[in-house]
Order: sequence, then structure tokens, then C-alpha cells
Amino acid sequence: MNTLLKIIKFQLHDILRSKWLIIYCLFFLLLSYGLLSFSADMSKVLVSLMNVSLIIIPLVSVVFGTIYLYNNKDYIIFMLTQPIKRRTLYLGLYLGLALPLVLSYVFGIGVPILFFIKDSEINFGALAYLIIAGIFQTIIFTGLSFLISTVNENRMMGLGLSIFFWLFFSAVYDGIFLLLLQSFQDYSLEKFSIAFSMLNPIDLARIFIILKLDVSALMGYTGAVFQKFFNNNLGIIISLFSLLIWSLIPLLIGKLKFSKKDF
Amino acid sequence: MILIKKLYKKFAQLEALINVDIEFPDGALSYLVGPNGSGKTTLIKSILGLVKPTSGEIIVDGIKLNGNYEYKENIGYMPQTAHFPENLTVEEIFKMIKNLRSRKKFYDEELIESFELKKEMNKRLKNLSGGTRQKVNAAIAFLFNPKILILDEPTAGLDPVSSGILKDKIIKEKQSGKTIIFTSHILSELEELAENVIFLLEGKVYYKGSLEHLVEKTNCVNLERAIASIMSGAAA
Ligand SMILES: Nc1ncnc2c1ncn2[C@@H]1O[C@H](COP(=O)(O)OP(=O)(O)O)[C@@H](O)[C@H]1O
Ligand SMILES: [Mg+2]
Repeated sequence: MNTLLKIIKFQLHDILRSKWLIIYCLFFLLLSYGLLSFSADMSKVLVSLMNVSLIIIPLVSVVFGTIYLYNNKDYIIFMLTQPIKRRTLYLGLYLGLALPLVLSYVFGIGVPILFFIKDSEINFGALAYLIIAGIFQTIIFTGLSFLISTVNENRMMGLGLSIFFWLFFSAVYDGIFLLLLQSFQDYSLEKFSIAFSMLNPIDLARIFIILKLDVSALMGYTGAVFQKFFNNNLGIIISLFSLLIWSLIPLLIGKLKFSKKDF
Repeated sequence: MILIKKLYKKFAQLEALINVDIEFPDGALSYLVGPNGSGKTTLIKSILGLVKPTSGEIIVDGIKLNGNYEYKENIGYMPQTAHFPENLTVEEIFKMIKNLRSRKKFYDEELIESFELKKEMNKRLKNLSGGTRQKVNAAIAFLFNPKILILDEPTAGLDPVSSGILKDKIIKEKQSGKTIIFTSHILSELEELAENVIFLLEGKVYYKGSLEHLVEKTNCVNLERAIASIMSGAAA
């Protein structure tokens, strides 16, 4: 077995004992189950799941990831005294955390749906999009959290920054955007707003799902612009591609910083 | 052979190592001495790739370090303070590390025996006493029978009996031809064994060479006096 797989295995062994991971999984299980028992309308359920997921996944991934890396500092130093490439260790730690988070989410959301829906009313396409978006949120915000704790020696500072980024992308960003739209109403801001939402991974994920669901009431301004500019399919591809870039950039910068860091 | 060439390391404002030029010859026991904060650990960590030099070169067995890691196969390292994955038990960490370095087929478990670590195997690392942590730390460093042993203040946290066990082990490994680097801020440990003494002060090398030569040069009776004499000279 190669070293990367070994590291992932050690991490899984450790993290699967964590009560936080179980709570996280239970949360989605109960949420999914609860929504399904209250409403028979599958697309309403999916929209509610989307709204909650896009708040909770980034929050948990970024905070959990930051704390996780600080808590594993001794383990990291220990591993680095062994014949292991720094990049391999970083990737191993990252996958060892992102994987169980993704699995908890998919399991939590998916199991109640499979049990509840017996007939063909289930919109598998939209469900798949919701799950893909959730996976991207986990990957992106775990990557971001690793970058944050790699460059900040100070734990409180790192944790503060993580929460700041989450608040920023999930709330502040939209506020700034609306403010800009209002102050510059005379100009055509459509192209600008496309660029603006590409810079926010949470907004991107929302657009990605909404374009698939094709519910115009939920498009929001940026969703509508995406639809207008690209039509649904191209919009989906572009948001997917942007999410991919978002998955790679914090991870790669973090890996680079990690390779040059003093321990 | 470990060659250090013009090694310079700056942390934020602080110059921890200033143009250090030394070598650790094969099969020799080198003794790196200096007061607390003189840069011993920083030098050792640079050799292990934990600290990245600001400039200069480190060459281990002919290979210049530049983010490579394979050379660590041949190094047993005992850090000054043990860094462990705290949730594991003693048994699990030995298993883990053997699993990681599965290419090695021979394990030197002598220290596990002589430190009587067998009875600690089921305890979690975070619950061990400071001395027992150091014992585990030492046992891991010697486990893979490495060609090079780097021991950073190894006897600091150990009781006299364990410290004696470790010193005997170091002497034994030395006799079997290992290259050993040993740091200390206490001057009388194992000094009689050292073929190569390096005295570090505020990041600079103040002396390198044999113990006899140092004693001769400073006209002092032993290493402790000789170093005190260098330090007062450096302060003046
Ligand atoms: N990661 C670091 N960041 C900033 N300063 C450091 C770091 N590591 C060591 N130092 C400083 O470098 C100097 C040398 O430390 P060290 O190598 O640990 O000395 P020694 O092992 O000889 O006691 C000290 O002043 C110490 O505070
Ligand atoms: Mg030290």
C-alpha cells in the first residue's frame, strides 16, 4: 500500500471515532427525514435541503478542518520526521477529513430519501445535483480551512478567520452585492454580477442546483443572469467548472505553504 | 556524512543560525553543545527538513536536501520534546510506524525491553508521564536500526537509571559504527566519548574539533571550563 493510502487509513481510523462526525451525520439524517415527513413535494424538500446544506456544510467543514489541523499538530510533526513527502502528508490529512465529511453528508441526506420515496416521484437528477453541490462545499471549505491553519500559527486567529470566511461568503457577500447593484443601477451589471458570483463558492453551488431545478422564483438575481446569459445547461457547466477551480486553488496554495513551513 | 554549508536561518526578526559550517563525519559521535536558545534544535530540525533554511546547504550522504525525504529512512531522530498523535496507545504508535516503514525487516527493540515499555503498551500516549514519553521517543528513534542517530537532549527528561540505559545504548551503537549527533546544554554528559565537539552560541559556531584540542587551546581542565572560557571571551 502506498504512503498516501496509509495516511488516509490512519486518519479514518482516528476520525471515525469522533463524536462530532456522528452528530454531523445525524443532523442531516434528521433534517432529511423531518422535511420528508412534513412535505410530499419533492422539489420543496430539495430546496429546503439545499438552503440548510449551503449554510451548514461550509460552516462545519471550515471550522472542523481548522480545528482538526491545529489538534493534529503533534501528529504532523511526528509524521514529518519519518520518510514521508510533505505534500503526501498534506493530501492524506485532507482526504482523511474530507472523505468522512462527504460520506456523512451523503449518507445523512440520502438514506431517508431512499426509504421514503417508493414510487417514481423522486427527482434523481436534482437530488444528484444537491449531493454534488454538497460534496463541492465540503471539498472547498475543507481546503480553505487547511490553508488557514497552515498559514496561521495562532489558533484563535485561525478559527476567527475561518468563521469570518464562512460569514463573508454566506451572508456579507450578498449584502455587498445588493448594495453595489443599487448604487450602480444605471449601468448594466450583468457581466459584472456573473464574475461576482463566480468568486463566491456558496453562491455558485446555489446557482448550480437552481438551474437544474429550474424554479424561476428561486433564481435570484445572479441565477437569473446566469440563465439569461448561458441558458441552463451552459450555466450549469460553467458553475461546475468554477466550483472545480474553487476546489483546487485553496488546496494547492495550502499544499505549497505547507511544503515551505517550519515545524 | 552530514555536511552543513553556510547554513543561515532567520525566524521573523531572530537569527537562529548564522553561517554555520560544520560536518558530522561517518561513524563519529558528534557532540553539539550550547546554552538554551543557541540554535541546537534549529540546526537538528534543519537536517530533518522540519525547518527550512533561509540560505545555505545541507548534504546528507552526498544528497543535497531540497524537500526530499527518502534520506530519513536512514535517520533515527529523538526530538527534544516528543510529538505524538496523542490519541493512540503506545502499542498503536509502534504498529503505525512499522506499517509506515514496512520496507525495514529488522527491528531493534532492545530499548523497549530495557525501558520495560511492554507494560505501558495499552496506555494512551497523552496519559503517559513525561519520562515514559521520552522512553517511547527514544525507543522509536532506535527501532529501525538507522545508520544515523540524531538525539536532541535525549537524557533531559529521564531519571538517572533510564538515562544510564540510554547512554549505554548510545555507546553500543557508536561501537557498531553508527553516526551519532547528540545535543546537550549540560556539559558533562558523554563528553568523554565525543570525537567531535561543536560549540554553538547565539547561532554561531564558536568551536569545532576534538575535545583534547579544545581543552588544550583554552588551557582548561575539562569541557565545561573550556566552554565557560569561550563564553566569557565571546561576551568581552
Ligand atoms: N519556529 C520558531 N519561530 C521563531 N523562533 C524560533 C522558532 N524556533 C526556534 N526559535 C528561536 O530560535 C532560537 C534558537 O532556538 P533553539 O534552536 O530551540 O535553541 P536550543 O535548542 O539550542 O535551545 C531561540 O531564540 C528560539 O526562540
Ligand atoms: Mg533545543
